Amino acid sequence: MEEKNHQYQVFVVNSAKYLTLLTKKFERRKKWQPADPNEIRSFIPGTIIDVFVQPGQSVKEGEALLLLNAMKMHTKIEMPVDGVIKEVHVKKGDRVPKDAIMVVIEEEE
Amino acid sequence: MSLKRNILDLRKRKKEAQLGGGASAIEKQVAMGKKTARERIKAILDENSFHEYDLFVEHTARDFDMEKKVLHGDGVVIGTGTMYNQPVCIYAQDFTVAGGSLGLMHARKITKIMDHALKMRVPIIGINDSGGARIQEGVNSLAGYGEIFYRNTEASGVIPQISVILGPCAGGAVYSPALTDFVFVVENISKMFITGPNVIKTVLGEEISMEELGGAMVHSEITGNAHFYALSEDECFEQIKKLITYIPWNNAKKALKFPVREPNASINIEEIVPADPHHPYDIRDIIKAITDGSEFFEIMENFAKNIVIGFGRIAGNTIGFVANQPLYLAGVLDCDSSDKAARFIRYCDAFNIPIVTLEDMPGYLPGVDQEHAGVIRHGAKLLYAYSEATVPKITVIIRKAYGGGYIAMNSRHLGADFVFAWPTAEIAVMGPEGAANIVFKKEIDEAENPAEMRKLKIQEYKDKFANPFVAASKGYIDEVIEPAETRALLIHSLEVSENKVEKRSYRKHGIPPF
Repeated sequence: MEEKNHQYQVFVVNSAKYLTLLTKKFERRKKWQPADPNEIRSFIPGTIIDVFVQPGQSVKEGEALLLLNAMKMHTKIEMPVDGVIKEVHVKKGDRVPKDAIMVVIEEEE
Repeated sequence: MSLKRNILDLRKRKKEAQLGGGASAIEKQVAMGKKTARERIKAILDENSFHEYDLFVEHTARDFDMEKKVLHGDGVVIGTGTMYNQPVCIYAQDFTVAGGSLGLMHARKITKIMDHALKMRVPIIGINDSGGARIQEGVNSLAGYGEIFYRNTEASGVIPQISVILGPCAGGAVYSPALTDFVFVVENISKMFITGPNVIKTVLGEEISMEELGGAMVHSEITGNAHFYALSEDECFEQIKKLITYIPWNNAKKALKFPVREPNASINIEEIVPADPHHPYDIRDIIKAITDGSEFFEIMENFAKNIVIGFGRIAGNTIGFVANQPLYLAGVLDCDSSDKAARFIRYCDAFNIPIVTLEDMPGYLPGVDQEHAGVIRHGAKLLYAYSEATVPKITVIIRKAYGGGYIAMNSRHLGADFVFAWPTAEIAVMGPEGAANIVFKKEIDEAENPAEMRKLKIQEYKDKFANPFVAASKGYIDEVIEPAETRALLIHSLEVSENKVEKRSYRKHGIPPF
């Protein structure tokens, strides 16, 4: 066999430690993080058509926060719970990628 | 007009049409490092075997002043020829003619040659080099794509379908290659995507180059859309010519038998697997220790490297190899590797190619990303493909065969015809480290020195269960063999399986989890 100088990594499967190489796709994978329910994130990339709220404002569940234009559809982004707007990260005309934090809220006690 | 003049007139017309988009367009094509459509066809087929049809077909577009434009052959070259003196059908989109854009007549030419291929039961090779739908022809070009996809599906599993991406292949056009058996890409030349960089930038604000989005390496390594990657068109054509030697001309035939050659004598099969079961090695070295001439033609070598698939010959016959690769990710099963192997198994089954599975698989890849990416349904594809296949199926367990992965890797329980194991095989419900933690939890926790006790118990479990003899005692393994016996035994068991008949219940089709 020809000798190959591989930089093996330790890789754990079923509690056993193996020496092996990693694939690029594995190395680039995103670490999973729990979703913060107070962060209103874009579920799809799009453009902000309108912003209806500002920081400090109290908003009831179901009221519109933003109007997002994505894939030729106007989607109303609604307040998930009764609460207060803490931060607004977007303004009219902004283009947002997927999973961007648009609004941060705080649930009412 | 005399016959001579008729002939001269015909020659003139042909010459003009064969220039495609004309000298300056050809110059541009060459400047991009690309060959012309007819050059490509000639490079793939046997010398002087190509016969072109529909050279004088003209487009039918009448809007947007299109009626004033002449598009020679409507931007695609179709015809028949031979490879190794066996007939094939072929088409190549001609980028020099209106960017190889697809209109109604362009699509009709492609579907015509596809229909021929299916009727005559010969392989079809499609060379894609097209800017996409011809916008001026509107819904007619969409109709054209749809009719191609329909035929791709109809021909699937009946005749080999090969797609060669030698230029852009964007939007709906990508789905024809995606429906075919093998996709070839070339560095810097192939570009495949549904929506291009411009649209992505306008809509999403994400900036990415064509190469990074849908270049040859991306499709070989990340997406798994391409099966073969080459650095040049010439290398790509050599790959196609090699592939074609391994596969039968249609699903009623077997691949050509080649003269038997012994593996390379310098390979010692007993020296490949390291003594420490936690150390990696290259499973392809074992394949090469078994195959005729130590030749192995790997498919999708850059994608999901933790499983290896490809063709080799044993005693002159084509064999499909599926093998876990400890060199990458310890050889685990995951979404991509299951998907990669499952489709290859179905290919082999459709085209009468026996499958040899070499197993060294420590388990499934753990992780939230894997679970959420659907490792359950992707993993199920592998079980389905193995269980469904009725070609001869032989498994050799080299080292690890743990848990669900043991079942998935063509176990006896999924219908393997022969299962052999090397004495180094470890076949158990889980690895000794994990199993000891569960089975001997109490003893380990209560011990004065838990670490020492754990080590002891791992060894105990290893001795008792992590070997091939428990499975052999139940008849799940037919024979525990010495590594050096592997090739001879495979030759014999493949011979025994030569006329294998396995009948399945009537059904319109199964419902695999894809």
